[in-house]
Amino acid sequence: MGLMNNHGVLERHSLLLTIGILVVVSIGGIIQMAPLMYMDNTIEKVDGMRPYTPLELKGRDIYIREGCYVCHSQMVRPLRDEVERYGHYSLAAESMYDHPFQWGSKRTGPDLARVGGKYSAEWQVDHLIDPRALVPESIMPPYAFLMDKKLKYDDIEDRLRTERLVGVPYNDDMIANAKGHVLAQADPNDKGFDYYDSLMALYEAEAGREGTVEARDWDGNPDTITEMDALVAYLQMTGTLVDFSTYQANDLSNRR
Amino acid sequence: MTQLTGSVRRGTNSSIVAVATLTGIFLFFALLMGSFAQDAGMEHQALTFMALAGAFLIGMALWAGGLVDRDPFDESEYENTLVKFGVAASMFWGIAGLLVGVVIALQLTWPAVFYFPELGWTNFGRLRPLHTSAVIFAFGGNVLLATSFYVVQRTCRTRIAGGMWPWFVFWGYQIFIVLAATGYLMGVTQSKEYAEPEWYVDLWLTLVWVVYLLVFLGTLWKRKEPHIYVANWFYLSFIVTIAMLHIVNNLSIPVSLTGSKSVQVFAGVQDAMTQWWYGHNAVGFFLTTGFLAIMYYFIPKRVNRPVYSYRLSIVHFWSLIFIYIWAGPHHLHYTALPQWAQTLGMTFSIMLWMPSWGGMINGVMTLSGAWDKLRTDPVVRMMVVSLAFYGMATFEGPLMSVRAVNSLSHYTEWGIGHVHSGALGWVGYISFGALYCLTPWLYKKKALFSKSLVEWHFWISTIGIIFYMISMWFAGIMEGLMWRAYNEYGFLEYSFVETVEAKHISYIIRMVGGLLYFAGAAIMSYNLIRTALGHGEAEALDPAATDTYAKPEPRAALVPAE
Repeated sequence: MGLMNNHGVLERHSLLLTIGILVVVSIGGIIQMAPLMYMDNTIEKVDGMRPYTPLELKGRDIYIREGCYVCHSQMVRPLRDEVERYGHYSLAAESMYDHPFQWGSKRTGPDLARVGGKYSAEWQVDHLIDPRALVPESIMPPYAFLMDKKLKYDDIEDRLRTERLVGVPYNDDMIANAKGHVLAQADPNDKGFDYYDSLMALYEAEAGREGTVEARDWDGNPDTITEMDALVAYLQMTGTLVDFSTYQANDLSNRR
Repeated sequence: MTQLTGSVRRGTNSSIVAVATLTGIFLFFALLMGSFAQDAGMEHQALTFMALAGAFLIGMALWAGGLVDRDPFDESEYENTLVKFGVAASMFWGIAGLLVGVVIALQLTWPAVFYFPELGWTNFGRLRPLHTSAVIFAFGGNVLLATSFYVVQRTCRTRIAGGMWPWFVFWGYQIFIVLAATGYLMGVTQSKEYAEPEWYVDLWLTLVWVVYLLVFLGTLWKRKEPHIYVANWFYLSFIVTIAMLHIVNNLSIPVSLTGSKSVQVFAGVQDAMTQWWYGHNAVGFFLTTGFLAIMYYFIPKRVNRPVYSYRLSIVHFWSLIFIYIWAGPHHLHYTALPQWAQTLGMTFSIMLWMPSWGGMINGVMTLSGAWDKLRTDPVVRMMVVSLAFYGMATFEGPLMSVRAVNSLSHYTEWGIGHVHSGALGWVGYISFGALYCLTPWLYKKKALFSKSLVEWHFWISTIGIIFYMISMWFAGIMEGLMWRAYNEYGFLEYSFVETVEAKHISYIIRMVGGLLYFAGAAIMSYNLIRTALGHGEAEALDPAATDTYAKPEPRAALVPAE
């Protein structure tokens, strides 16, 4: 075993050993990660996909802050029971604007990839306030405090600009009107009235279809925009952007 | 000769100034970031950093001022105080992390009792990262720091390099832990599992880690042994690879330089692949190669036998680190990750079984000719049982990485059971074994305070692990089968919440298992503290023996470094 006898060289030269280790541990990662940046089926855009509105993005930040991802996945696998329980299996494109991704690794609670529209906003609010009032066997923590916390969004323009830096297509109008768009989506009839049309036009243009943005009072308290408003606005849109009624799974372009 | 010593003294004292300057610069940054903080999270984190780094600076100044003429970095002595601090920190964070684990197990078992609607920061979502980070990075990390500092000095027969810098690594790492932990409670997280701390904490850890690497390499460079001992290959691969994983997985852009929030550079599929490349290799290089290094030093030392096979250590070292890196995609079976990547992940995971067992065999067979110690020395038994758990977990892992098995096991409690058999059995037991060895060695005692307390620890926590594993296997396979169960009409048989309800008994058993394991660790802490104090069977070694107690190679003074 000549190779073995030469191992002494590495044992006597710490820098050679360090470089050897670095080379050996780099190979697998490069081969698995680099192609994903270029392959069609991991970077293609699908009709309906648009960046999160400012309110949804803030809601998603709360989802992350509270650690929802430790118990809820957002990835429906193409298995019969999952497709029947949660809806159409998740596409790569559906998380293309997720910095970071929220696929999760554990289902202590159910998958949330397509929870949008599954329940009413009122149900979501009541359930978040006291999960066991609606589902007695639930082991989910209560999030009543979100009702009392005013949503902070004074940094929303910077937030969207940072997203744009990493490739999310927010345009100048979206960034300039971001604060107004928060108002428009949570209070469209009063404080946000003037921004409603711009919110709808800008985000639906990016989505390429109508009906992907919903604006309303989310938490039953129209006077204040709370963290509950933002979180429920986010939950109610998850998995709804791609219109699967028009998706041709057997179309030639989808066969590969 | 005098001149040489003088120059060494000046050189090492400058390390105190350098560490103080660097810490001072970061203190200034923290002051700026705290003053202009965009959010409450950043404000608290900056204050926390200033308090801790300030305490470090003041402590260092008081200590250095009291030195008078004593050389604090005497090359004819090993640095033992640092390792003692590491042992104490390991015990402290171990107890803290296990306690949080018991609390979150209670929350899942009796949510109506252990959730407080007005205290959002005590919710499971915030405490669970606190638990995982506390046991992996705070407990495990401190065990690795302490043992690596101890082992690299002995196997190189020289004092640790860098003067004050290893102390910077130790205290810098504790600051990292506190920033991460308090951040989670305030909701400061980037939501990447086992990499939750935000951008500025990541940068701080990167700095600490680079210094750690340099201290480790610096010690290797001035070694008095021609060959680098096998334990050090493993420590080195752990330090180098964790640096690479940490930097790539945490690539992010802060929204504001004075705000806590950052945006990940990668999104969706690419981010998922990067995260699990990181996540699985945090297991591979933090929780495996680091702790294999402990095995390669402490088992031969404790049983006083050479490592079983030199060739096996070469083969399993290189194959282990090469193959581990590929295994990440088995966390993403049936997801939107392309199937070729999933298949590669599964294939390499199965191959990983062999180098893993190579390590286990090399450790267990080191007992050849000393098997009686399994019966007579509970510390040896603990370390060998840890290898048994390592072997079990590294068989279970490849099994679960098979796509068909994974379709059942993924997202269920089976995964939780799997990581805990590895974490409690392998990482926990090999660490406890090392701590049981180190404490009498460092404090120059003949034995531990009480051997029978080690027996108690061993049996209580072994029963705890068995409770934990079996309840989670049961719960995981049950819920996996219930999720996919159909009734005779072709409809899904169970609603999701019925599968939650069905796990209640398992949750109770798991919680009891965790509590037993926690009790074992508490017994160990008591035993180690009494040992350090010299109580019970922990009699002081006689002065004659103490004089010849491990010291760096004496020829060091005669032969200047190259």
